[in-house]
Amino acid sequence: MNAVPRQKLVVIGNGMAGMRTVEELLAIAPARYDITVFGAEPHPNYNRIMLSSVLAGEKQVDDIVINPRAWYADNGITLHTGDPVVGIDRAAKTVTSANGVVVPYDKLLLATGSKPLMPPLPGLELPGVVAFRDIADVEKMLDAAEAKQRAVVIGGGLLGLEAAWGLKRRGMPVALVHLMPTLMERQLDVEAGGLLQKDLTERGLHFFTSGQTEEIMGVEDGRAQGVKLTDGREIPADLVVVAIGIRPNVDLAKASGLDINRGIAVGDDMATSDPAIYSVGECVEHRGQIFGLVAPIWEQAKVCASRLAGRDDAHYETPPLSTRLKITGIDVFSAGQLAAQDEADEELVYRDSARGIYKKLVLRADKVVGAVMYGDVADGSWYFQLIREKADVAAIRDRMIFGQAYADATCKGHAGGVDVAAMSDDAQVCGCNGVSKGAIVRAITGKGLTSLDEVKAHTKASASCGQCASVVQAILTHVTGEVVEAKAAGMCGCTDLSHDEVRKEILHQGLKTQDAVRSALGWRHADGCAKCRPALNYYLLCAWPAEYVDDYQSRFINERVHANIQKDGTYSVVPRMWGGLTTPDELRAIADVADKYEIPTVKVTGGQRIDLLGVKKEDLPGVWADLGKAGLISGHAYSKGLRTVKTCVGSEWCRFGTQDSTGLGVKLEKLMWGSWTPHKVKLAVSGCPRNCAEATIKDIGVVCVEAGYDISVGGNGGIELRGTDHLVRVATEGEVLEYAGAFMQIYREEARYLERTAPWVERVGMDYVKKRVVEDAEGRRAAFARFVFSQEYAQIDPWAERASGRVDAHEFKTLAEVG
Amino acid sequence: MQDWIKIGRVEDIPRLGARTVHTTKGDIAVFRTSGDDIFALFNRCPHKGGPLSEGIVTGKVVVCPLHSWTIDLETGEATAPDEGCTRPVESRVADGQVWLKLECAKKVAHG
Repeated sequence: MNAVPRQKLVVIGNGMAGMRTVEELLAIAPARYDITVFGAEPHPNYNRIMLSSVLAGEKQVDDIVINPRAWYADNGITLHTGDPVVGIDRAAKTVTSANGVVVPYDKLLLATGSKPLMPPLPGLELPGVVAFRDIADVEKMLDAAEAKQRAVVIGGGLLGLEAAWGLKRRGMPVALVHLMPTLMERQLDVEAGGLLQKDLTERGLHFFTSGQTEEIMGVEDGRAQGVKLTDGREIPADLVVVAIGIRPNVDLAKASGLDINRGIAVGDDMATSDPAIYSVGECVEHRGQIFGLVAPIWEQAKVCASRLAGRDDAHYETPPLSTRLKITGIDVFSAGQLAAQDEADEELVYRDSARGIYKKLVLRADKVVGAVMYGDVADGSWYFQLIREKADVAAIRDRMIFGQAYADATCKGHAGGVDVAAMSDDAQVCGCNGVSKGAIVRAITGKGLTSLDEVKAHTKASASCGQCASVVQAILTHVTGEVVEAKAAGMCGCTDLSHDEVRKEILHQGLKTQDAVRSALGWRHADGCAKCRPALNYYLLCAWPAEYVDDYQSRFINERVHANIQKDGTYSVVPRMWGGLTTPDELRAIADVADKYEIPTVKVTGGQRIDLLGVKKEDLPGVWADLGKAGLISGHAYSKGLRTVKTCVGSEWCRFGTQDSTGLGVKLEKLMWGSWTPHKVKLAVSGCPRNCAEATIKDIGVVCVEAGYDISVGGNGGIELRGTDHLVRVATEGEVLEYAGAFMQIYREEARYLERTAPWVERVGMDYVKKRVVEDAEGRRAAFARFVFSQEYAQIDPWAERASGRVDAHEFKTLAEVG
Repeated sequence: MQDWIKIGRVEDIPRLGARTVHTTKGDIAVFRTSGDDIFALFNRCPHKGGPLSEGIVTGKVVVCPLHSWTIDLETGEATAPDEGCTRPVESRVADGQVWLKLECAKKVAHG
């Protein structure tokens, strides 16, 4: 063993750039350094790019952690979070933190990132004004989204748009002020910027372009109240988000006497003016350029790690950059030059205003030097590759604007999607994580990967923003051949048959148990798996309501114990409140139960019921027994089944009410409670078009009008907001029950397991749903009858069964206590 | 000091299911496969500590109810590419009785 003493590396900054450098370093020289990391934020290292997804509610903070604390421990890294470095003594080669920790270094890495750029505006210091930079900012914005009415975002670049969209998704009315006449002017040309603004306006954002902010209005020692523009316009707001850009955080480097321009000056070796000090990320300036996108920073990390590992042949060169916007459903791509700059440049433009598609390529001397795309960005990576490879495109010039498939098909005589076979090994597929086609192919062949998830897990390709997933899938298919394509269509790893094929065979062959299905259809695993078993259990239950015996071991824990598991292993209990109605006796019973079983949290739910949170598993039967004595039954708040029927008070009390919406809600709930469905189902009934019960974002919504009842279906208020589609207007309550019941039954019989009504309606089309439920009267009545029949077997209160001790008693008791 | 301790009968545990045993060292999940094999693991998923006893059992794996990590019942190891391991507990079955090898216990209370 040679006992070379380890050198000391100190990293200032626990962000993406610094930790990526450390990861790269550990991969090539794991034993070279003792590493100490200082981070100003209290969190471990997280993916800052995904903050906009956290804001939009698509991800949780936990989901975006890149390296948990265990990673630091496993790699012997000393981590100081919430403790920024305040001084560097370059002569003594030590750093000192705010908490007074002094650590010596042989090599120092500055990865201090950037700060939000704040314009010198009056009112910037008011409470209610935030930047969009870190988890703390997002938390402030989320608090505001819950409590406040309106938001203004200043800045119409990538960051500002993602902030505005996230807040909009959180339910706030949002106005956006942008200094320039069009959005994202650094990445998009005027045309694409205009399309983007039009789309986002249709989605409910309000824009003030060419808008210069004069001041943030607010009362003395109060909160921000809005924004005033120089042209005199005033926009009221309770939350003001400033997202006009970033500037390198150079304070520490400057105080240490390093060379600074806009950022910390580094050479091609990523070293600063002090050869013992390196720097990477948004804090650096390289050849006059500063950085805000992830791709060049990953490249810097790679070069810096090589240098730290003692190799002197690595040189950083800024790669061509591409941009995508992370707003669900809006596809924008740009790379390189946005427009022709002189006579030598040519532009190719494709425009389809009806479909909202726009593509522009900028060519110079038969090479692509820029691409701007809106609406259809499937070929973005191909164009980007042509830019990076400086490929001669003279031969495909007249076809390339239509995309790679068309250009290749006409030139090679075969059709197909992205031609991954022709892609070179070093073509970059995942821009976020810098993964090349070659790396993906090596992982697939070397590790025998067969699914997109596996490739994602091993290579990180498509693991950040996910927009390259289809290309990764195409490479997977290309490398592994047809086996994978067949598997991708199957229900799970146990069978190649699709959900629809399995259901057809269940009816066709009269298969009535899971074992029968698995043996008749050639399942690969005798027990099935955690994916197919819950689905099969549902399909059999739906097909044979009177005969099939539910297999409770094929249910997820919540449906097995009829309560919702919480992150600490306790459960939540939600009793049913018909149409949101309750009584003093029920409330007393709930209060008594909460006292008796020391239930820590009691909360009113969004579905007009009461949630008892933190119930111990062994207490569940006792809680249910006590609630049952007051007449309360399971609210099925845990099931893929009917959840709630939300109502407003309607004509009984409300001066605007046109019909008895509460009464109708109770009737619908009495009809449908206990039913099992492919995914959860929520209903609402509003007494007038003011729609206080928010019926138009439910699976089935009824809005009462003077002339009767408007029934609409396929709404969803979750991640992917979708308003209902109108199904029919009927005159009587009886008809509402029949149409709603028939819709429910057809959804039960035809949607795939875990498919909500919203995606199902989109998949089969509203015309189809109307044909089955409205136009075919006989079919509707038959479907309604099948629903009523299956309800005879479904409407048994699972809580009463289990409170009696006769069903699943073992589930709530430990087997033994030892010691 | 470890000892073999009788904790209950095979049929006390549902097929393709699990029961828990409280010990001073933490809860143990005892699983029964479709072929009546018995396995025992400490009842904490290596990912975020989810209760493995509440997961769906198939073949010789259990899928954690919190984030769907798949854990091997024999070794306690997470299925690749997830990495992590929960401690297995030695078990054996004799005359329909399940025995676990545990820290020497003072008393056993059967629930």
